[in-house]
Order: sequence, then C-alpha cells, then structure tokens
Amino acid sequence: MQKHIDLAKLSEVKGSLSAGDFCLLSGTLFTARDQAHIRLLNELKRSKTLPYGLEGACIFYAGPSPAKDGYVFGSVGPTTSARMDFAAPELYRAGLIATIGKGVRSENIAEVCKEEQTLYFVAVGGAACELANHVISSELVAYEDLGPEAIRKIEVKDFPVFVAIDTSGNDLLRSVAAQAYERKEKLN
Amino acid sequence: MDITADLIQRALASALPEIAYSVREDYLEALKKAHARAQTQSRGYAVLDLLLQNDLQAQKEKRPLCQDTGSVWLALELSYKDRLLEDPFFGANDLVARLYKEGKLRKSIVRDALLDRTNTQTNTPVFTELKFCDAEVSTLHVLLKGGGSDNASVLKMLNPGDGLLGLKNFVLDTVIEKASKACPPLLLAIGVGGTFDTVASLAKHQLLREIGSKNPNPKLQEIEEDFMRSINALGLGPGGLGGEDTALAVHIGTAPCHIAAFPVAINMGCSALRSKSINLKELV
Repeated sequence: MQKHIDLAKLSEVKGSLSAGDFCLLSGTLFTARDQAHIRLLNELKRSKTLPYGLEGACIFYAGPSPAKDGYVFGSVGPTTSARMDFAAPELYRAGLIATIGKGVRSENIAEVCKEEQTLYFVAVGGAACELANHVISSELVAYEDLGPEAIRKIEVKDFPVFVAIDTSGNDLLRSVAAQAYERKEKLN
Repeated sequence: MDITADLIQRALASALPEIAYSVREDYLEALKKAHARAQTQSRGYAVLDLLLQNDLQAQKEKRPLCQDTGSVWLALELSYKDRLLEDPFFGANDLVARLYKEGKLRKSIVRDALLDRTNTQTNTPVFTELKFCDAEVSTLHVLLKGGGSDNASVLKMLNPGDGLLGLKNFVLDTVIEKASKACPPLLLAIGVGGTFDTVASLAKHQLLREIGSKNPNPKLQEIEEDFMRSINALGLGPGGLGGEDTALAVHIGTAPCHIAAFPVAINMGCSALRSKSINLKELV
C-alpha cells in the first residue's frame, strides 16, 4: 500500500512511517552529493547552522543529467548513500529531517535516525528517467561550479521511495542483509 | 583489413548516445521475466515495475535511463586477420565530448582522482583497452559503466587452497555486502585467474556476454547456475529491499595463473546495463 506524504508536513507524520513502507513524496527536496557534502560540512562547522534552507528539509543524494525536451531533467535517480555517511550524522543533528539515496548505510546511521527522529528513504536506482517524471521544477541553490554535483532545490510530485530507516532506528536494508547471511549459512 | 581510427569513430558514433537511452535488450528480456514471476504485492515487484516502466519510456523518448551516463569504456578485440596502422582510439575523446553534449548526457569524469577532482565537463578521457584475439572479425565494445556499480565491485587475491567453495563464499559475501549499492537485479561478472591487473579486465569482459547465453565451457555453465541459485536464495531482491531476483545472470570467465595465485574479480553490472558490441567488418 502506498502512503502519500506531503514533505512540508513530514515532521508531523514521520513517526507513523515504518521501515519497508512504500511512499509517494510531494514537496521540496534538495539534491546534494559527494563534493557538496564536503563543502556543507565546512560551512556547518563555520556557522553552526545549516545553510541554504536545509534545516527541516530532505536531501536527495543525486546528480541529475541535463534537461531534455520539456522535462526538468533528462533523468535523476539516487546515488549510493554510504558515501555521504561521513557527513550525514552531523547534518541530521543540525536539523536535516530525511535523506533519500540508495543502498545500505553505516551502522551508526540508524542510531542517529533514532536519536534525532529522522528518516532515510531509498529510491530505485536505475529508474532515473521515470523518477524525473515526478520532478516539477528545479532551482540552482549553491555550488554551480560543481556541475551535476551542485545543490538544487527541486519540487517533486508523488516521488516513489521506500522507508529504509525509520524514527525507531529500524533498518530495512541491514535486516535484509542479516537475513541473507543466515540463509547463506543454511546453503552450505 | 586495416582497422583505422576513422572506423573506430564510426563504430562509436553508431553506439552513442543511443545506448544511454536503452537498457541492453537481453537485460530487458530477463527483467520482463522477473517482473512476470514476482508477487504483485511485494517490494521487489514495485522495484521491477518501476524499472520496466523506466526502460520502456527512456527508449521511447530518448532520455537517459539512468542519470549516471557512465564512464565510456572502449575495448577493441583485434582479429588475427586484421592489422592496426595507427592508434585506433585517436580522436575518440573529441567525438565522445561532442556526443555527450549533443545527447544531453551527464558528464561524470574528473581530471585526477587524487590531485584535481574538477569535472572535465566532457565526460572524457574515455577508458580504452586493446586485446588481440583469434576471432575471425574484429569487434569494438562500447560500454557505459555507472559509478555506483563499479564502486561495488571487488578484486581479491584468494589462496589456491580456497578452491571452488572459497570462491563461492567470497562471491556470496560480496553480494550480501554490496548488492544494495549496485542497483540490483544484477549481472554478476566474475573473472578468475590471470594476474592482479588482468583479472579485473577478465571480469569486465563477462559483462559483454549475452544474458541467457550458455557459457562455452560446460563446467563453468554449471558453476554459474549454482552461484545464481544460491545468490537468489539469499532473499536480497531488487533494490536490496527483499525478494527473489537479486541477480538475473552470473557470468564467469577463467584464465591460467601462477601456482601461488587464485585472483578473483567481481564486476557488478547494474539495472542500467548499457553496451553495444560492433562487428567492424560490417561497418566497412
């Protein structure tokens, strides 16, 4: 069953979301990935607050491909979240409410999500053309020199994601992997 | 016949930018089968359904099926009947830069891994390989490799005593650890043997084999089927979110090696498998 989520009201409903839920997100996301996280962390250390309106917001780990024929992007999909784990705990603690990416993350991210009452969603990697259909608009926010790695504020409508880590610290991908190790032992 | 840089450029232009818009046909067929057998209420089905819609639309509208339009890998397999009179890849960088710009593909290459991570803004340099082979015709392989699935790839020098069981153990552990980052359903391309530097190439070449084709070596075919069954029994599933279809194929290539060695490389092929193999004789 799909859950429709208004991102502007995510803080009110986040506690009702469980790892494994399929959600359709509508509202504002910010794209940021590797280089942007290095810079964000430096800015956070200097000013002690999250810049560019990221407080209470959701970061989508993504670098879109250029616009094409009436679409905001040619395509846009998740990149591997674990590469942003060096910065994620500090960003969550500074007020980030959720992140969207792909793949299993470091063990401490679930603990941080529980402490800070924040979320980690995963989107489907390799479905970036379909995901771009759900992006209504895009605005450059920072780091234009980084090209696809710049921070963009994007509006999405019914953007499909799964809850990978919920506010209780349940970690779907780690549970699936733990079960896989158990199954592997039975194979041999 | 003579293999010229001009011929290579014509082959390249027949592949790009189109392959960025179309998942490889054999992968699409395997994806459709997985979609048809998945339980409709499962997360795995939702993932496969999104991928299928994505691939059909990308192809129809000529939009990149993945935002990561990859690094460009050109592998020339030179027939013993053909000869090279010049650098076959001369001019390939300029052509790729133009095709990426015109095709509105993402530029994902930085100048230097350590010293200067400035985007070259052209998706060049391309990565090239020249191999001499005993085939009747020369082939140019063009492969776009996504960063995420390449990052999830592994090379390890096992011990000869580890044997087939040790190899299988390593493969399964790698899949459990890395699959969710590599965008499954996967094509697992495995190289075994050679030396430290060649085993990775051997693995990468297994990505080029058609899904559903038999391994020319019956023993390897049997091992591939066994690995495939075991991988899909782990329950990792599409996207690593749980389910049956973690891998759509396992391809294994083997080679001679040193008495002390048992090199293994696993190159992950993601759900955006994009390549084209061009028979150069047909282009002349």
